[in-house]
Amino acid sequence: MGHAPVRFGVVVFPGSNCDADAYHAVSTFPGAGAQYLWHKDTDLKDVQAVILPGGFSYGDYLRCGAIARFSPIMQSVIDFAHEGGLVMGICNGFQTLVEAGLLPGALIRNTGLKFVCRYVNLRVETTRTPFTSACETGEVLRIVVKHNEGNYTVDPETLARLQAADQIVLRYVDAAGERAEGANPNGALDDVAGVCNETRNVFGMMPHPENSVEAGLAGGADGRPLFQSIIDTVLRTAEVTS
Amino acid sequence: MNVRVYVTPKKGILDPQGAAVERSLPNLGFSGVSGVQIGKIIDLTITADDLTAEAAHAQVDEMCRRLLANPIIEDYTFTISEG
Repeated sequence: MGHAPVRFGVVVFPGSNCDADAYHAVSTFPGAGAQYLWHKDTDLKDVQAVILPGGFSYGDYLRCGAIARFSPIMQSVIDFAHEGGLVMGICNGFQTLVEAGLLPGALIRNTGLKFVCRYVNLRVETTRTPFTSACETGEVLRIVVKHNEGNYTVDPETLARLQAADQIVLRYVDAAGERAEGANPNGALDDVAGVCNETRNVFGMMPHPENSVEAGLAGGADGRPLFQSIIDTVLRTAEVTS
Repeated sequence: MNVRVYVTPKKGILDPQGAAVERSLPNLGFSGVSGVQIGKIIDLTITADDLTAEAAHAQVDEMCRRLLANPIIEDYTFTISEG
C-alpha cells in the first residue's frame, strides 16, 4: 500500500452490539484500520472517520439514540462533524445522529409494529457523497436490516429540501431496482433508507453494510463500496492537503 | 415539586401504535373511534428549596425540549404541583 492505513473510530455505547462487526468490516480493508472509542471518553484519538454502530444504546430507553446523544464522546463527534469530519451512523447510529440534530428527521416505530430482520435492496440515489463515491448511481445493494424503529419521517418542507439537494442517498427498492410495494420494510417516508446532511459529511442508514463485506459468506459483499468510498475520500483529502 | 410530563405524537406524524389500536377497536364493537394516539407520561420530582414556580417551569420546559421529547415528532405538556 502506498499510504498509511485510514483510521476509523468505532464508538462503543453501553448496549451497542454491532460495534465488533463494524470494527471487523473496516479491518477487511488492507488500507484501513479501526479502533474503538469509548462513550465516556472525549478523545477521538485522531481518527479520520467515525462510525456510530448498531445496537440498543442505553437500552433504547426514552427514544432510540436519545440518551447516547448526550454521552461525552458524542460531544466530540458533534464537534468533529461540524468541522467537516466524516461520520457514518448505522441503524442505532443513524437514530443517534438524528437525535443529535446532525441529520434531519426522525426514526419512529415500523408501520408493521414488528422488529424486521431481513435482506433489503437499496438503490444508490447519489454518488455525490463521501460514503457512496465508489458506487454507481442506480446500483442496487443487497444487505440486511434488523430494527424496530427504522421508519424515517420528516416534515414535508424538509423532505422537499432533501430531495432537491440530493441528500437522499439510499432508497428501498425491489431486486430490479424499482420502488415497489413490499420493498420498504418499515414504512419509511419516500422509501428513505439513508440520508446525508447538507454538507454531505454526515450520513445515516438503517441497513447494516458492516454485515456484508465478505464475498462467499452469507451476507455477501454489497456493503464494501460504502466503506471503500470513505477510504477513497480520506485518501483524496489527504493528497489535496499534503 | 411533583412534575408530570405528557408526551404525545405530533399532529400529522404517523403513529403506528395508535393506528393499530384504532384498527382493532371496531373488532371489539366500538365504532366511530378516531384519532387514537399513544404517548407517554413521565413523572419526576424536583427538590430545591428556593426554586420559584417560574424557574421550575423554565427548567422542566428545557428538560422536555432537550431530552424528554423530540420536538420533530412529539408534542409535550406538563403540570407542576407542590408536594
